[in-house]
Amino acid sequence: MPEPTSPNAGDAQVWGTARVKRGMAEMLKGGVIMDVVTAEQARIAEDAGAVAVMALERVPADIRAQGGVSRMSDPDMIDGIIQAVSIPVMAKARIGHFVEAQILQSLGVDYVDESEVLTPADYANHIDKWAFTVPFVCGATNLGEALRRITEGAAMIRSKGEAGTGDVSNATMHMRRIRQEIARLSSLPADELFVAAKELQAPYELVREVAETGKLPVVLFTAGGIATPADAAMMMQLGAEGVFVGSGIFKSGNPAQRAAAIVKATTFHDDPDVLAKVSRGLGEAMVGINVDEIPQPHRLAERGW
Amino acid sequence: MRGPVIGVLALQGDVREHLAALTGVGVDARPVRRPAELDAVDGLVIPGGESTTMSKLVDIFGLREPVDKRIAAGMPVYGSCAGMIMLAAEVLDGRPDQRGFAGIGMTVRRNAFGRQVDSFEAPVRVAGVDGPAFHAVFIRAPWVERVDPGVEVLGRVTGGPAVDRVVAVRQGNLLATSFHPELTGDLRLHRYFADLVAAAR
Repeated sequence: MPEPTSPNAGDAQVWGTARVKRGMAEMLKGGVIMDVVTAEQARIAEDAGAVAVMALERVPADIRAQGGVSRMSDPDMIDGIIQAVSIPVMAKARIGHFVEAQILQSLGVDYVDESEVLTPADYANHIDKWAFTVPFVCGATNLGEALRRITEGAAMIRSKGEAGTGDVSNATMHMRRIRQEIARLSSLPADELFVAAKELQAPYELVREVAETGKLPVVLFTAGGIATPADAAMMMQLGAEGVFVGSGIFKSGNPAQRAAAIVKATTFHDDPDVLAKVSRGLGEAMVGINVDEIPQPHRLAERGW
Repeated sequence: MRGPVIGVLALQGDVREHLAALTGVGVDARPVRRPAELDAVDGLVIPGGESTTMSKLVDIFGLREPVDKRIAAGMPVYGSCAGMIMLAAEVLDGRPDQRGFAGIGMTVRRNAFGRQVDSFEAPVRVAGVDGPAFHAVFIRAPWVERVDPGVEVLGRVTGGPAVDRVVAVRQGNLLATSFHPELTGDLRLHRYFADLVAAAR
């Protein structure tokens, strides 16, 4: 069972606690969160059974193609999406851009993604996420990075993958790596956890908690390059608790049908008969880019530290 | 005689927390995603999650009719948050195509307390459950706006902007809360439900 994360509040009501922030992510488990750039796309996502939508100005594939500095979306566009759907709405802020995050909180978004998909605003510091009522999700490529984000107040982690590619290999690598590093921690004798914390560049208390429970203290989703129902199911089988799909849906031939298929595949990720059925007749998947062919400076997963 | 078997509807949401809470009160707890799995349980928990997503998956995977039939035959069901919405005869601020099970004669308002920034923790006493108030966790939670005769109100918000709003109800073998006892390690409500399931067998 989760540990209490806030003191007993007596008769008082309390808002913005770690428990309501982390709890929100618990409610998204087993679900699919879809990138949308218009209210119309948000409606399609909700119709398909998305548990939440991620409002952004351009999907990662377009950010990659068009280049330039990528920022928080226009508040009017985010408002339009909030009005269009009844499911939770997330939105992205640049790494370290705490004022974009303040604006998103003021707009009433349900989760802020401090995202490497946008151009970082600070190459030294991430946002102090404890200072907010709205919860944050952050990307990670390994356990140390995940624990540093949690230390800063992230209430949900997603593996980064390589956004906007339709190439799932980096998402696979990041999920496997995080899982392996957690398994290794759990196997260490207690007196070796101090050095493990030093190596992970994460606080000892958090490292010990992960070693004891065998899991992160927050929900772990996957993201980056997921384009098919099979991709989503594989990530679930690798230990993801849910799936973010970015460009994979609205850059494909039939977004509504593909979105619904990915939702079903996420729930029945361990049932090949269901997966075979939902994988039929989806039309063209997004045109992919192999991560290997992207020059190093243009790899989004390497933003953040 | 074996103890009761309680399923957790495992289409989406905080399934693991409910399974852990039920196991914690000594129940044989199992995830339910298919009609055959439903046949093997004596009671069902509908977890927290996204009710619009659950509603769709219930239809797609053929669970609506089997669950409705079991409810009609007296199977105990407990719903938390989205699970409360799934048990409500009428839902306000839902999607037009959103449907719950043929459950409790009540009207609930979805996301009634507001958006995630309005999510909160507060003490709530539940009638029939001994001990101190629950440390209740409300996450984009619904509240109950109206109940039919025969629906017992078990708990209300005790302070703040939503004071006196109904957040825990029971009708026969059906139980629903707006909040998430499964997130706090307080197992009293799961014990209450397990007793209800044992008594109904």
